[in-house]
Amino acid sequence: MTDLPLLSARGLTKFYGERLGCRDVTFDLHEGEVLAVVGESGSGKSTLLGLLATELAPSAGAVHYRMRDGAVRDLSELTEAERRLLLRTDWGFVRQDAREGLRMGVSAGGNVGERLMAVGARHYGNIRAAASDWLARVEIEAGRIDDTPKSFSGGMRQRLQIARNLVTHPRLVFMDEPTSGLDVSVQARLLDLIRGLVAELGLAVIIVTHDLAVARLLSHRIMVMRRGRVIETGLTDQVLDDPREAYTQLLVSSVLAA
Amino acid sequence: MRAAMRDDLPFPRTEVGKETEAYNFAYLDEQTKRMIRRAILKAIAIPGYQVPFASREMPMPYGWGTGGVQVTAAVLGPDDVLKVIDQGSDDTTNAVSIRRFFAKTAGVATTTKTREATLIQTRHRIPEEPLRDGQILVYQVPIPEPLRFLEPRETETRKLHALADYGLMHVKLYEDIARHGHIATTYAYPVEVAGRYVMDPSPTPKFDNPKMDMCAALQLFGAGREKRIYAVPPHTRVRSLDFEDHPFRIQTFKQPCALCGAEGGYLDEVVLDDRGGRMFVCSDTDFCEERRAAGHRGAMAADGDAAGETR
Ligand SMILES: Nc1ncnc2c1ncn2[C@@H]1O[C@H](COP(=O)(O)OP(=O)(O)O)[C@@H](O)[C@H]1O
Ligand SMILES: [Mg+2]
Repeated sequence: MTDLPLLSARGLTKFYGERLGCRDVTFDLHEGEVLAVVGESGSGKSTLLGLLATELAPSAGAVHYRMRDGAVRDLSELTEAERRLLLRTDWGFVRQDAREGLRMGVSAGGNVGERLMAVGARHYGNIRAAASDWLARVEIEAGRIDDTPKSFSGGMRQRLQIARNLVTHPRLVFMDEPTSGLDVSVQARLLDLIRGLVAELGLAVIIVTHDLAVARLLSHRIMVMRRGRVIETGLTDQVLDDPREAYTQLLVSSVLAA
Repeated sequence: MRAAMRDDLPFPRTEVGKETEAYNFAYLDEQTKRMIRRAILKAIAIPGYQVPFASREMPMPYGWGTGGVQVTAAVLGPDDVLKVIDQGSDDTTNAVSIRRFFAKTAGVATTTKTREATLIQTRHRIPEEPLRDGQILVYQVPIPEPLRFLEPRETETRKLHALADYGLMHVKLYEDIARHGHIATTYAYPVEVAGRYVMDPSPTPKFDNPKMDMCAALQLFGAGREKRIYAVPPHTRVRSLDFEDHPFRIQTFKQPCALCGAEGGYLDEVVLDDRGGRMFVCSDTDFCEERRAAGHRGAMAADGDAAGETR
């Protein structure tokens, strides 16, 4: 292990033309650490996640990442081939809309196996065994391996996304509102599963959510965003139990009132 | 036809035969042919890579091989001998009309014999007789993009080709095995060309894939509607994609050709009557006729059946 952060963001800023996406975001994330990014709709959470995951190009600032070989790289300097390799090996991305994170016309087994095949796996039996194993770990019945996610419930689709991402043993997983839109009981089961896997695998996670209960359950640290800026950051329990900023107090109390 | 690849040759322009005054040689104007030849040269230089070209309207509908026809028109020379096959047969409407088209617009000799042809335009088959140095095989291609099944966005497929990022191709094969227990893709079976680009060999049966590998002839592929040309130069490695535990295999047929007795050829099923009577015969009609002319007989060949009269 090392004390060097896994990922460091410095002065990350994104403008969409005139409109501000996020501004001057700076933080470090260590291996195994779960960071929640909270804030109301439009506060810049998804923009920040997009910048970190190299899906958006920053207007200013930089992200550095410590690769599997230990080299710390400026993500804007990766070649397209390196970037894609990173995205499908050492990283995962679980989307709110499963249709963006899955291939809806491909079987559950094929969805999980895709990353393995992308990095050169060419033994059908081994690919299928790995897919079965991961489907079991996310509590999808073995008998559904050849069904497409079109026939899956919302909760199953999210669990399939998780299996599809974790099959290459990533160290960092981005999640954008992974539980919103699901029924409360389904949410609870999914959160439980995520919490278990994160602890077991020692994953670092950056999870975007507008739901402070999700942040409280999963994260070690929290970053509160408002109008594109980080206005408060700290240990999750401290921030939620004793918010400094008036805005955070409002957020917390609206949850309590809900 | 090697000469036809050169732009500077004084091709006959409008003086081919009596009925052809209205056409330039092989129908297309010289500028268009030069443009297509440049695309072909680039395609040959980058085996398996899809080169865009400005596909022209041809006096036949898409689906009739307008891509193949344009490629043929661009490489055809006055001394060429042209053969046209459709699913292995020289005498379907499609094959006959393309052959007539070039006989009329270019005044070239035509043949049904694979051996005699210098240029063969094909829809969905490769002749059984091994091709030789100096021959050109022109394929008619409906959909040139092998990744389209799983990735409809062209911006993305282009990137995948550029990065040789072909995992998706195996996802398709994985789905086949998961669903059918084996790789059930029998047509347009994807190949890797010269260890680099993955290519759709057009809807030929996978039976023909091994013939593409190290083939002595130049193989050119034209997709008219999709405006793409690609190529496999002579003596180039062409490998069919597969899994270690599900290796590529070609179709095999239980019985020999009912007419010529050939074993190991690609057979078509022919329905004989409405009581379930049927027979399996060579899809390559020239191959079958040659064998019968040489005295070979299958189980259902009539005695004294002369070559060429059966179908
Ligand atoms: N593609 C885009 N083009 C223009 N403006 C955008 C785009 N995406 C987001 N924005 C704007 O950036 C701001 C932050 O949006 P976003 O990051 O989606 O917030 P959140 O995820 O917290 O809801 C909003 O004002 C939003 O309208
Ligand atoms: Mg958002």
